[in-house]
Amino acid sequence: MTSVIGLGHFLTVAAILFTIGVFGIFLNRKNIIIILMSVELILLAVNINLVAFSLHLNDLVGQVFALLILTVAAAEAAIGLAILVIFFRNRGSIAVDDVNTMRG
Amino acid sequence: MISEFGGFASLAPAYPEMLVAVGALALLMLGVFAKREASTLVTGMAIGLLAAVALFVAFQPSQGVLFAGGFINDEFARFMKTLVIAGSVFALVLSVSNAQDHGLNKFEYPVLVVLATLGMMMMVSANDLMSLYVGLELQSLALYVVASIKRDSTRATEAGLKYFVLGALSSGMLLYGASLVYGFTGHTQLDQIAAAAALGDRNIGLIFGLVFLLAGIAFKISAVPFHMWTPDVYEGAPTPVTAFFASAPKVAAMALLIRVAFEAFEPIARDWQQVVIFLSIASMVLASFAAIGQNNLKRLMAYSSIGHIGFALVGLSAGSLVGVEGVAIYMAIYMAMTIGTFACILALRNENGYVRTIDDLAGLAQGRPFVAAMLAMFMFSLVGLPPLAGFFAKWYVFLAAMEAQLFILAVIGMLASAVSAFYYLRVVKVMYFDEPTATYPVPAVELRVVMGLVGFLVLSYYFTVGGPLARLAHEAAGSLF
Repeated sequence: MTSVIGLGHFLTVAAILFTIGVFGIFLNRKNIIIILMSVELILLAVNINLVAFSLHLNDLVGQVFALLILTVAAAEAAIGLAILVIFFRNRGSIAVDDVNTMRG
Repeated sequence: MISEFGGFASLAPAYPEMLVAVGALALLMLGVFAKREASTLVTGMAIGLLAAVALFVAFQPSQGVLFAGGFINDEFARFMKTLVIAGSVFALVLSVSNAQDHGLNKFEYPVLVVLATLGMMMMVSANDLMSLYVGLELQSLALYVVASIKRDSTRATEAGLKYFVLGALSSGMLLYGASLVYGFTGHTQLDQIAAAAALGDRNIGLIFGLVFLLAGIAFKISAVPFHMWTPDVYEGAPTPVTAFFASAPKVAAMALLIRVAFEAFEPIARDWQQVVIFLSIASMVLASFAAIGQNNLKRLMAYSSIGHIGFALVGLSAGSLVGVEGVAIYMAIYMAMTIGTFACILALRNENGYVRTIDDLAGLAQGRPFVAAMLAMFMFSLVGLPPLAGFFAKWYVFLAAMEAQLFILAVIGMLASAVSAFYYLRVVKVMYFDEPTATYPVPAVELRVVMGLVGFLVLSYYFTVGGPLARLAHEAAGSLF
């Protein structure tokens, strides 16, 4: 039965995406936009999880949850980009290494 | 589903939330359509709205579960909501006299604070992973904007950016945990999760979900090792905003943690207790040592809040009714002390700007004896010296830990508390025994009122609010068991 794509496969894909997202935030030294993309990746991994579980459990709640997350993710991206724009206006750069005015 | 709707009166348990939601939108309209600069008016009306809702919540008799189990209003929610709204009201009051200096003289600021408060009320009342998430995000999204509201300041925007990135990461972790919990129990409602967790044997997927969920919430209460955003955000954000961050959202996130731990994961309490004990010890110890080298007052308060969250978690680790009662009392007292301290910090302003470092406080006792006395008292209370309120806060949580046989945790907590005395008392030493370097004019009247009121409550805790607060906290904790 190796040809059937089951719950395990979906969960694996989601786990990999989630890990890439988390590493994208911590290992990335270049650009804040990449951090925003990583955040979206994490949320998408969660959505894959929820939809896969929803199908597996034959229960609609997971898909409702996924829709809620999609909506909130859009709002979150809007606010993130807005903050990024005002940061760029002040600092003239969106490199991760330049987010360092405060230390200690 | 429509047939379930029993008319408007059946929504009574959610009236406070509806009131705040409608009020926030009305204030937004007022701010947009007002002919002149309306920030002071909107701030005043926001304070009035929230104060009215706080009184309404405190005396609200109607309790129950609404919206297909997504929303619950019980004694615990009432207690925590009253605290949260009180924190928001005081944070707004602190911002009135210095809005201009901190770039907060925009009508959006009070509106965002009201919206964040609505999110926090939803968090406290969430009875389902979905309403929990939506409440948490409503709060977080408003707070990201509030952190960077002084948009021509590099520090404030950097604080907002850091808060946003790490906040979004924590929401992602919380959600990943929520998805696993849903997948392995088949439910998102907290009591149904508990029922499903009690049925099966120890499921590794569920434990994974629990740990991710706890990590996400630990970010929001800034427990070590998820605390790294706190000092930067507290330092960069405008001071009245920092006062807000340190008070109401901490209480709401702690309430959320308590509800998730006891309503959804009671059957696997052993597992989350280990995590909470670790978070607690790490927060207490790291905060005590990291704060020693701090000279910046706001960073000091950031580490102070990390440490106090660690102490509050001692009560939660006990996993008992006495423990929850202790956490509830701790959060109330912590919030009062934080508001009082920030009122003192905001009161000290001269031609060179606001007080920033501990050295700026040198000799304050000679120039402004009242502010110095109040700040000294808050510092003694934060250390936990009797008979001030901070002592009783620690007493309740350590008592719960002792009853639960967590002796090592209690001993570590007391040692950390002793270490933390060093940096709190340094502030007192600088104020009373160093030569004055700067003079400060008389602070605004509402700052003195807040200082005096909170100072009186902290000083007379045992004789005034102590008894009623303990009784209310006992009732609140009782509704979870």
